[in-house]
Amino acid sequence: MSRSELSLAAVQQTAGAGAARSAARRRGGAGMGANRRPGRVTYALLAVVLALSAYPLYYAVLLASSDAVTIAQTPIPSLLPQGHLTENLQRVLGSNIDFLLAFRNSLVIAVVTSVSVVFFATLAGFAFSKLHFRGRKPLLVFVIATMAVPTQLGVVPLFILMSELGWVGKLQAVIIPGLVTAFGVFWMTQYLEGALPYELIEAARVDGCSMIRTFWHVALPASRTAAAILALFTFVASWTNFFWPFIVLGPTNPTLPVAVQLLQASYFKDMSLIMAGVVVSTVPLVLLFVLVGRQLVAGIMQGALKG
Amino acid sequence: MADVTTRRDSPEAVAAEKPGRAPSPAPAPPDRARELRSLLARADVKLSPYLYIAPFFVLFALVGLFPLAYTAYVSVHDWHLIGGQGEMVGLQNYADVVQQPKFLTALRNTFSIFLLSAVPQLLAALVIAAVLDANLRAKTFWRMGVLLPYVVAPVAVSLIFSKLFADQSGMVNTLLGFVGVDPVRWHADALASHVAIATMVNFRWTGYNTLILLAAMQAIPRDLYEAAIIDGANRVRTFFSVTVPMLRPTMIFVIITMTIGGLQIFDEPRLYDQQGDGGADRQWLTMTMYLYELGWGAQKSFGRASAVAWILFLLIVAIGLVNFAITRRIASDGSSSGGKRR
Repeated sequence: MSRSELSLAAVQQTAGAGAARSAARRRGGAGMGANRRPGRVTYALLAVVLALSAYPLYYAVLLASSDAVTIAQTPIPSLLPQGHLTENLQRVLGSNIDFLLAFRNSLVIAVVTSVSVVFFATLAGFAFSKLHFRGRKPLLVFVIATMAVPTQLGVVPLFILMSELGWVGKLQAVIIPGLVTAFGVFWMTQYLEGALPYELIEAARVDGCSMIRTFWHVALPASRTAAAILALFTFVASWTNFFWPFIVLGPTNPTLPVAVQLLQASYFKDMSLIMAGVVVSTVPLVLLFVLVGRQLVAGIMQGALKG
Repeated sequence: MADVTTRRDSPEAVAAEKPGRAPSPAPAPPDRARELRSLLARADVKLSPYLYIAPFFVLFALVGLFPLAYTAYVSVHDWHLIGGQGEMVGLQNYADVVQQPKFLTALRNTFSIFLLSAVPQLLAALVIAAVLDANLRAKTFWRMGVLLPYVVAPVAVSLIFSKLFADQSGMVNTLLGFVGVDPVRWHADALASHVAIATMVNFRWTGYNTLILLAAMQAIPRDLYEAAIIDGANRVRTFFSVTVPMLRPTMIFVIITMTIGGLQIFDEPRLYDQQGDGGADRQWLTMTMYLYELGWGAQKSFGRASAVAWILFLLIVAIGLVNFAITRRIASDGSSSGGKRR
């Protein structure tokens, strides 16, 4: 900003806050594009993007509230939902596929893995960011490197392992492999490095806390913000996961995505029913997103800067 | 990463102080008990870190590394889903698999879908991020808006889009009809089916990558823009000469993530029709679908499925190494002009 101009503080003194604000806006506009208030074209563009991200979901609701005949006759559904939504949802619950069981399974797996990932990742993150031990740095590099390993390709031996254990068709076959993730460890390490002052740890240690008590009373509370975000991401990843549950759980004990696939396979002619299944499996996360999407956005943007 | 060395000293200082001080508040316990306690305290300090990181390493070894390595072992054996391990057959499974026409089809489809999703997605994410980087009203609203598809399961996305892209009476074809375009055979035609499947991937991931790029954009020092403007660059020029080069490290990160995930694609093509075998001519059969078909389909051959898994693994590693080599070259080229973000 050029020195010859009055400082904004001076503008505020002499001409009032409003003038200072508009002066700031003007200067921002002259100096760099990013501070100028954008015009209508920008908002129009964003509205198009928003429509593209939201319409397919709305489309699912429209079909789920219609009926098979109407769907077959009108490729472009009416703008507003028709009256069959409740009826179709009831038909989903009454179908051959146990959606209530699938819902419960999805919920159990997502909750257990979220809690577990947060706990173990915070524990490891505490050690990696704040404790001194031999091999700390190479081990951390190893953790980061494992994020690039396509572990999904080990699916055959993992399945063999699960059948040896007698876990095929059981929830622990999905829960156990997801108990802690490399991303989680990396994420908590990054966060705790900045968020947990050594003074706090020292104070706890001087008071005679053991390591685990220090973790429990100092590190865990300090990691709340990042832990919440990590829990959210783990929850979403678990809820939307298909490949492994599809293979190891099978049709008798499905999660929601597996149930949706079964619905498609057995009622493929009835699009309104299938879309009602899609709605059942999607609405819980969309509701969650409305409540905490802000945190997801913040999480991705923070993670990007650190990654 | 220079800060690590300075930080390292302080926890050790904490650790060294502790054993001597800790017992002092208690009313002078006998010597032996004090010794034992200080021994325990020292063990606590020495061992705890390893104990805390152990869960990850144990779990990763058991469900990540071991299965991946064991895949190579299974792949050189006759191995049936139910019958279990049979004779060692050397590279026979690889030969069987590679000679199948399906293999090349799957390989082609996987790369085709990957390219059709990665390239447009990156470009779109870049443009949308640039738009979001403006000084918007209701910032969070727009950011949440682009991220919304991320919470929809790929399975659900696939069902929605397979209907939108229906060959007959699909919405996309009807809309194309309004502007005079003949109906596209989104399922019957190989390339068209790849476009449709890539669209699903793009729908779900563009917003996510947009936010990553947006975060990186906002970390670019603003004086670089000022300098460019003083040098007479307009907004488009600034975007290509300042923004894009500064985003390179982040874009490489995004590309690597896309590669690892994209080449393993399964959910979207699996649900693109109700049979789930990749279409009548296997026109959208992917490598992971082929793996599944070999292992859990009619053949139930874990040996052959493992051979496909191992081939795909080596492909991903190879591409990763190429990425890494390119990254290093770019990093050494760009270090003078780019600098570090942190």
